[in-house]
This record gives sequence, C-alpha cells and structure tokens, in this order.
Amino acid sequence: MPVEAPRKRQAAANEITIDAEGLHYRDLNELIHQAAAQGARVIDVRNVNGQRYIGAGLRLPVTIRLHGTAGNDLGVFMDGPTIELFGNAQDGAANTMNSGRIIIHGDAGQICGLSMRGGRVYVRGSVGYRSGIHMKGYQDKVPVVVIGGHAGSFLGEYMAGGRIYVLGLDAPAACPLGGGKEPVWRVPERCRSLTGRYTGTGMHGGAIYVRGQVDPALCGREAVISPATDDDLPVIRRDMEDYARCFGLDAGYILSVPFTRLAPKSHRPYGKNYAY
Amino acid sequence: MSVIKNEPVTEQPAGGLLPTGAVPAGTTGSPPRRTASPADRGSVGVERGGGVGNKEDLAKKTRQAVTPFRRMRPAVRTHPDFRVIVDEDKCTLCRFCVLQCSWDALGWDDRVVPFDENCVGCWRCVAVCPTYAIRIEQWPTMYRENHNWTRFIANSVRKQAGSGGKLLVGTGNDKPYPVYWDHLLIDACQVTNPSIDPLREPMELRTYVGAKPDRVDLAAYLSARERHFIPTDHRSVGDPDRSGDPSANGRPAFDRDLRRRLGIGPQLRLETPIMIAAMSYGAVSLNVQKSCARAVAEMGTYWCTGEGGMHPDHYPYADHTIVQVASGRFAVDADYLNRAAAVEIKIGQGAKPGIGGHLPGEKVTADIASTRMIPEGSDAISPAPHHDIYSIEDLRQLIFAIKEATRYEKPVFVKIAAVHNVAAIASGIVRAGADAVVIDGFRGGTGAAPTMIRDHVGIPIELALAAVDDRLRQEGIRNRATVIASGSIRSSMDVVKAIALGADAVYVGTAALIALGCTLCQQCHRGRCAWGLTTQRPDLVKRVDPEEGWQLIANLFKAWSGEIKETLGLLGINSLESLRGNRERLRAVGLSQAEMDILGVKPAGR
Repeated sequence: MPVEAPRKRQAAANEITIDAEGLHYRDLNELIHQAAAQGARVIDVRNVNGQRYIGAGLRLPVTIRLHGTAGNDLGVFMDGPTIELFGNAQDGAANTMNSGRIIIHGDAGQICGLSMRGGRVYVRGSVGYRSGIHMKGYQDKVPVVVIGGHAGSFLGEYMAGGRIYVLGLDAPAACPLGGGKEPVWRVPERCRSLTGRYTGTGMHGGAIYVRGQVDPALCGREAVISPATDDDLPVIRRDMEDYARCFGLDAGYILSVPFTRLAPKSHRPYGKNYAY
Repeated sequence: MSVIKNEPVTEQPAGGLLPTGAVPAGTTGSPPRRTASPADRGSVGVERGGGVGNKEDLAKKTRQAVTPFRRMRPAVRTHPDFRVIVDEDKCTLCRFCVLQCSWDALGWDDRVVPFDENCVGCWRCVAVCPTYAIRIEQWPTMYRENHNWTRFIANSVRKQAGSGGKLLVGTGNDKPYPVYWDHLLIDACQVTNPSIDPLREPMELRTYVGAKPDRVDLAAYLSARERHFIPTDHRSVGDPDRSGDPSANGRPAFDRDLRRRLGIGPQLRLETPIMIAAMSYGAVSLNVQKSCARAVAEMGTYWCTGEGGMHPDHYPYADHTIVQVASGRFAVDADYLNRAAAVEIKIGQGAKPGIGGHLPGEKVTADIASTRMIPEGSDAISPAPHHDIYSIEDLRQLIFAIKEATRYEKPVFVKIAAVHNVAAIASGIVRAGADAVVIDGFRGGTGAAPTMIRDHVGIPIELALAAVDDRLRQEGIRNRATVIASGSIRSSMDVVKAIALGADAVYVGTAALIALGCTLCQQCHRGRCAWGLTTQRPDLVKRVDPEEGWQLIANLFKAWSGEIKETLGLLGINSLESLRGNRERLRAVGLSQAEMDILGVKPAGR
C-alpha cells in the first residue's frame, strides 16, 4: 500500500492525533518521535493495525493512546512514556523496557515484558508463552507485570527481579480453579492452571504472585512455592489497587482470593554445576 | 612450621590436588549438597489441587524426594600440573613472588615455600623475580603411553568423578586441531608485476563497516551535494576528509540524506581493519577495558563492550565503542544503544556455540552490578537463546527494534559462532537487515566455557569465512553487510589471509590480552588472574595500568598495520580493498582437495 501523507489533527494544546491507517511502522514511529520532540504530551493514534515498535526507545514523558492492534515489540527499550492500548498487543510488548507504563485493554502475545528493567505493564486479558522472562530489578527500578487472565508456559523463566501477577479474573466456570466440576481432561489446558508449564524455571530474583492455587508440577525446580505472607500483602494491595484503577475494576474482588507466591530458592541457581 | 600464605584459601581445585590428610575447602568439609532429581520435580511442595502443606510436611517430603549427592575425593589423587623450583642460591628472600602469587602456590617460612598443587603455570613469580631464581616445570611424571586415554582425558574423568560438575575453563581451544592459517601462503610480485614500496607509497588500510548499496548512483550523489550546497569535486568522492565541505555542520545532514538516497547504511570508519572483540566488564577488569578503549580511539578503530554494559569511564571513547546486546540484555536501554558507535547482537560465541553464560554472583560487585544494571551479588545469567529470537524473522525484528530505537543512525552487527551451516545462517542474517556479520571461529577465546564444548563444538574460522563469503557472493548480497572474522586471529598475517579469504575486518581478543600480559594459563574463569586481566580483586586489577596498557595494544595494532601495508606492497597493490576476497593471492600447503575447494585456493605450485 502506498504511504499517504499523514493526516494530523490538532485536538488541543499538546495533544496530537495521528491516523495510522496504511502507515508503515517506520513512518508512524517517525511521526510519534517528531510529535514528542515538538512537545506533544498526548499522542492519540487511530487505526493502529499491527505496526511494530511503537514507542521504541522513546525517552520523553508523553502519553500515547493507541486504538487498534499494536504490532510486535510495543514499547521496546522505552524509557518513561505511558502507552495505553485499546485493543490487543502482539508479541514482545515492553521488551527490555526501562521505565514507563503500558496498559493493554486486551490480550498480549508471547514474551510480554521480556528482560524488563523497570516500569509497569498491565494487561487486562491474558498473555502468551515466555512472558516476563529474565525480568530484572536495579536499584529503585522494580518492573511489574500484571496479567488479568492467564499466562502461557515459561512465565518468569530466569527471572532476576521485579514482580509478576497472574490474576485469572475471567477463568470460566468450567475451570476447576473457578469452582467448576468438569473432569480435568474435558477442561482446556489453560483452565487447569493459570500458568503454563515451567513457571519460574531458573528464577534467581523477584517474585511471581498467582491469585489462587498453583500446580507445583508445572513450576520450575528453582522456585519455592508458598502462600503470600503478610509481608507481601501491602505490596500486592498497592499493585492491585493501581491495576484495578486503570481498568475500572474492584480491587477488593481481586484481593478476595489469597495469592500464592513463587520465589527463588537461590540467587545462584547454577553455581554448583561446575568443576574447576 | 608456621607457613604464612598471602591469601586465605578461598577456593580449591576439586581435583584432589591437596596433600594427603588435608580437607579441601568446600568439598568434604562442607555439608553434603543435595539436589532434587528430575523425576521428583513437582512432588515437592504443594500438592496438586490441594492446600499448601505445613513446613514439617514440606521438609519431610523434601528429604524423601532428593537423591544424595556430594563432592567426593577422587579415587586416585592426581598430581600437580607444575612444580615450582626456587634456586636458594639465587633467591634474595625479597618475598616479592609470594606477594605476587594470587594462586596460593607460594608461601613463606623464612624462605619461599612452593605449594605445587596450586600452581597454574602463569609465570607471574618467574616474571617478577629480580634474580631469575624461580623455575616452573611440567610435573615430571611418566605416563604409560596411551594415545586414546590421554593424560588430559583420564584426569578429567577423575576430576568429574570427584566433583560431579561440568569441567570449566578459560581461553580458547588448546587442542591440536589444524590451524588453516598456517596452511595458507601468500603470493608476491616478481619481475612481471612490480611490487610497491610501502616506505614511500601510501597504502590504504581504511575500511568502512556497514551496508553498501547495490550500485553507485552518481546522479543521486551529485544532486544530494547540490541540495546541501557542497561543491562538486570529483577527486573527493567518497573521501570525507577532502569533501571541500565549507560548513562542518552541514556534513551530518548531507551524510544522512546521501545515505538515504543511495541506500547506504550508517558506516563505521576504521583506519586499520582490526577491532577488539567483545570482552565484558566482569569477564575482564575495568583497567583492561580502559586500555582497549583508549587504544582503539588512538588507532582510529573500535572495541566492543561485550554484554557487561558500558562503564561511565568509557563514555569519552563512546564514539569508538560497539555495545553488545546479548541474551541477558544486561545494561541495554535506549541511552546505551544511542551512546555507542554501533550495536552488536550476540547470538553465539566461537568458544561456546549454542550455550549461554553465567557470571557467578560473587563476581557481581557493586560496580559491575551498576554497569550491568542488575542486583549486586546475584548471578548474571545469559540464557542460551535470546527468548525473543527463535527464527531469522525474529532476529530481523530485534535488528529493526534497535534501528528504530537509534533512529537508523547506528550500524547493527550480528555475531554468530562458526557452525556447520554457517553460510546459510549468515545469508539469513544479511537478509534480516544486519549491517555487519561477525563470524567467530571455534578457536576463539572465552572468559569461561565448559571445556568439552570449547574443545569439540563449532568449526574453524578459515573454512567458515570462505563458505560465508562464497555464499553471499553467489546470492548477490555480499555488499549488503560487512563480514568480520574472529576467533583466534594471532598475527598480521592471519589478518591478511582472513581478508584475502573474504573478510572486511577482523576482531582480536586474546591477542590484545596477551599484549597486556596474559600468559594463557587458561584460568580466567577462576577470577584470580595474577596478571590482573580476568579478575575483579582490587589488588590484582591494579596490576594493569591503563596508561601503559593502551600503548601496548596501540603498538601491537600499529605494528600489525605496518606488516599488512608491507604485505600489500609485495603483492603489488596499494589498497586493502584490492585484497578483499582475492583468494588468487593465496596458495595451500598440506591440505586436502576438499579443504582447498572450501577455501577456494589452489595448491602451492599451481
């Protein structure tokens, strides 16, 4: 499709609307970078249709509102902006993000929050495989990923810092976790557990909080499974209240089910593997 | 006997190297180590679908579930590798050697007392002894000759029977595989084509790293000059030094515009085709990196940080720094990417293709933690794959994520280990949009690698390089990316041969370390380098003075550049560009027909 001249509309001071229809990601990102550099505080992008790298490496304090489906690597290397996505995100949302906030009103694909060092990702729906792999923390930076639905396998693998929440807010009634009576083999795999296989494998920092129960057979052996303690509760409460506010949910309802915590056994999971 | 050692024993080789009766620290003296067997996974902790068990239940289940496993003393106590002999007649009792030995191989009891079992053969004591009173010898034990169960293999079995661990080692492959550089000979001019005297003729080593256009569009070039008010001067085409540009400020805009019009990617300008390969802060000390950074800045070339991040001390040399993005994504943020001259995505390393790396928690000091932006004291784990790269398409995605984050201003390198299918992989990498492909051969160095992987995985750089160059030419995409050869480039002649085989530039790592004092004792992974190279211990790190270090490396590069120019002269050419991929100027000795076919060279005499 030929690249058309961008249609810009000045909605209010410091607010810019961009129509992304038919735009190549390179052109769209150039427009966003230009708008941010020119002092726009709110950038409203309409008709987002799979454009990649939106907000890549952006270091200015802008709010980007996306309407449509964001492509791969949403907010990759981002440092500071807020992205609110009214739709689904594809793979790699918040990849290696340094700070800022990504609020996704739909689902996110694989490797959501890979190697995040700071900032927050709130997903109203579910995420795919390998989410939150190798999340880190550094000084005052604590990355937080909150997943409203369920997560695929390898959640939080090699996790080195930060917090991941899996809430299972929309678990169907058929799901044993939601109190259903269906035989296990008739229930879709995602309903047997909110997390997939190999959750927390190789984790050596941070914590994964799952609302309700966790199947230990699905967890990596480097993770210790225990109920969330009283020490965890203030942090969980603060995160959940913030999350609920973003989506107009009731934090009390989220907190009504006790959380299970996955924490690392050791900061050196593979230290004893070698002979000198 | 009161023996004073310069350091408490903090770690012991697990190979039973201690005298009889001594208890190796951290082996039999420590509580037995227990590990859950794979079959027990999932049975520990919380019952499926049930509540969380109480602590006693958990402990009981844990006890039942684990298989006992502990470090043992090997059945046969192996002997030390070396013996240290101190000539008492020559020794002046200055104790300098005792203070300098970081391996606890020398003690003091009114005289120097060697602890042979700890000696790694690094010659620090030999080098610092003012009277040459110290001699290190191979331990003189005769083995019954056995070409199958070599001494190394048999001792490895004993060591592993004791420790149950994977063997770990530093430095590149030391096994006697063929070194193809040493089977290639360079042509020279005689009578029919005159050689050139490099003492009075200029020799061009300048190399541009980055994607080149499919064709040169002179009209686009001229119109871009006109647009940016840069006087047209054909002599200056392609030479930024003589561009006749009246305003320096207009230059970057012109470059950008021209690059866009001609489809040229961002370029690095190398005054000599030798760069310093990735050695991260953590693997090597900060002083080593400082030496490298200053040396390349002075020599007009580049060095790579490795994945340990860029320390603020290197910011003055950022224009000559390539930063690395590896699977651990340590220190990677928008600042890091934009500060550097180029970005390298590390997929693999020649010494350990296909596996990741662990910087052990005890090496993650405050400074390393802040450079890598990770918590202090916890393992820095680089997983085997990048978790966002499972295909060439995914690689393209990361390449373009980096290009987007740097607004297409930085060349993006992709570094892979030389493996069997390297040509097809390199083709994919070029098509994925990389500006440069780094091929790292299996003899390449490492700060730590499992010994068996270092010694048995991958292929030699010479064959890989020839295969990659051939393949890219066949597909008509050789211009789209620079090819950088790496993995044991030992001399200027290795550089010349690599370039004749098709490389645009080379990376050296071990050679730079040797320039700084490395004696190839292969103990980098133990963090106690007596030469202050691969250690973070403050007293050892000081042994490399960056003020001297940079000059050692710069001298080496200067010497090699001189030799390369001399070689160009005897080949009768005055530009490195004329040698690139010019395999007609190479001949092989002692190689099979198949090897010569892959290398694309004829046998000597033909």
